[in-house]
Amino acid sequence: MERNVLDLWVGIFVAGGIAALLVLALKVGNASETFNVRDSYRVNAEFDNIGGLKPRAPVKSAGVVVGRVDHIEFDNQRFRARVVMNIDKRYQFPRDSSVSILTSGLLGEQYVGVEAGGDSENLKEGETFKLTQSAVVLEKLIGQFLYSKAAEGSDAKK
Amino acid sequence: MLDLVAAPLRRLGRQCIGAVWRLGFASRFFVFVLLRSGTSFRRFRLVIKEIYFAGVLSLIIIIVSGLFVGMVLGLQGYETLQKYGSAEAVGTLVALSLTRELGPVVAALLFASRAGSAMTAEIGLMKATEQISAMEMMAVDPIARVVGPRFWGGLISMPLLAAMFSAVGVFGGYLIAVQLIGVDQGAFWSQMQSAVDFRNDIINGVIKSVVFGVAVTAIALFEGYDAPPTAEGVSRATTRTVVTSSLAILGLDFILTALMFRGA
Repeated sequence: MERNVLDLWVGIFVAGGIAALLVLALKVGNASETFNVRDSYRVNAEFDNIGGLKPRAPVKSAGVVVGRVDHIEFDNQRFRARVVMNIDKRYQFPRDSSVSILTSGLLGEQYVGVEAGGDSENLKEGETFKLTQSAVVLEKLIGQFLYSKAAEGSDAKK
Repeated sequence: MLDLVAAPLRRLGRQCIGAVWRLGFASRFFVFVLLRSGTSFRRFRLVIKEIYFAGVLSLIIIIVSGLFVGMVLGLQGYETLQKYGSAEAVGTLVALSLTRELGPVVAALLFASRAGSAMTAEIGLMKATEQISAMEMMAVDPIARVVGPRFWGGLISMPLLAAMFSAVGVFGGYLIAVQLIGVDQGAFWSQMQSAVDFRNDIINGVIKSVVFGVAVTAIALFEGYDAPPTAEGVSRATTRTVVTSSLAILGLDFILTALMFRGA
């Protein structure tokens, strides 16, 4: 009897611990998503500037997450950044689709946005998006704004 | 004159040799525990009994502390985040701090003071009352019979306790943020899910708690086994277990965090 009670408690303890891990994995973490993206294909895109894009950032089309950034490398031949993405097999994009690096909100994380094109053929494993648009660098934008303001001011004086 | 310089140097030398000798003894002890843990698996009932003492009996303190740590994180996180208009990020804050750091570390600290000290006192007293010598006399290996099962029991309990601590803590944060303050429930969970990565955050947390489990139980068992067989010796060994294993947890946590989350 004593032995059975002990076994019961240890059983409850171990089951509780495993349940806690499962809750952490499925409810708190993104394990359910991690297990789902096994059927994916890999495509590349080259950018002049990726801003603050990081590996595992989402790839979105029309606001829906369709894949994730796998890794980012620097092409030393052409001095551009190459972003390698894994896109879910369920989602196919025309070959002339364009990708751009966007920011969610004013200070949010950066993600890759896919704008579908009109080609009849779809992009295949290992192919590259031809049309890309780099990340908007806030400092450059402010710099341009200040220059144009200064130019306006000197024009007005003349 | 020469003696005036030599005496303190001799004392320093003796202390260093003593410390190194003790470290060597501890490492040999640890290797012996690992080598002779066959008994623990052949007679798994011994390990189950130790899981009961180390794990099940620590449940109350782990769950209550986890709940309160999560609730405090929820309150404090909300307090600061709402200034920046992103109160929904409180879920991310609670979940990331618990799964990465607080879950494994606080659970291990509680485990060291709740179960580690008990292990040291038990083995120290067994030695003081000559039960260990009696076992050796009967050709029963005390390391295989007494120390091994406690080591494996503690090692199995630790990650489970840390996982429960984190899960209950997230629930505590949910209670405060969503139920009490009224943060949007959908945003709370979805921001948390998009920020917490299974491999990077949860698995790394489990790895941390396994490492802490090894450190705490090894220190506790060694201190008990090495304790002078007197009342004073056992009490000092128990204190040393709590102090050494807490410091070991914090030091190891820094090293593991530096290895796992380098800037990524």
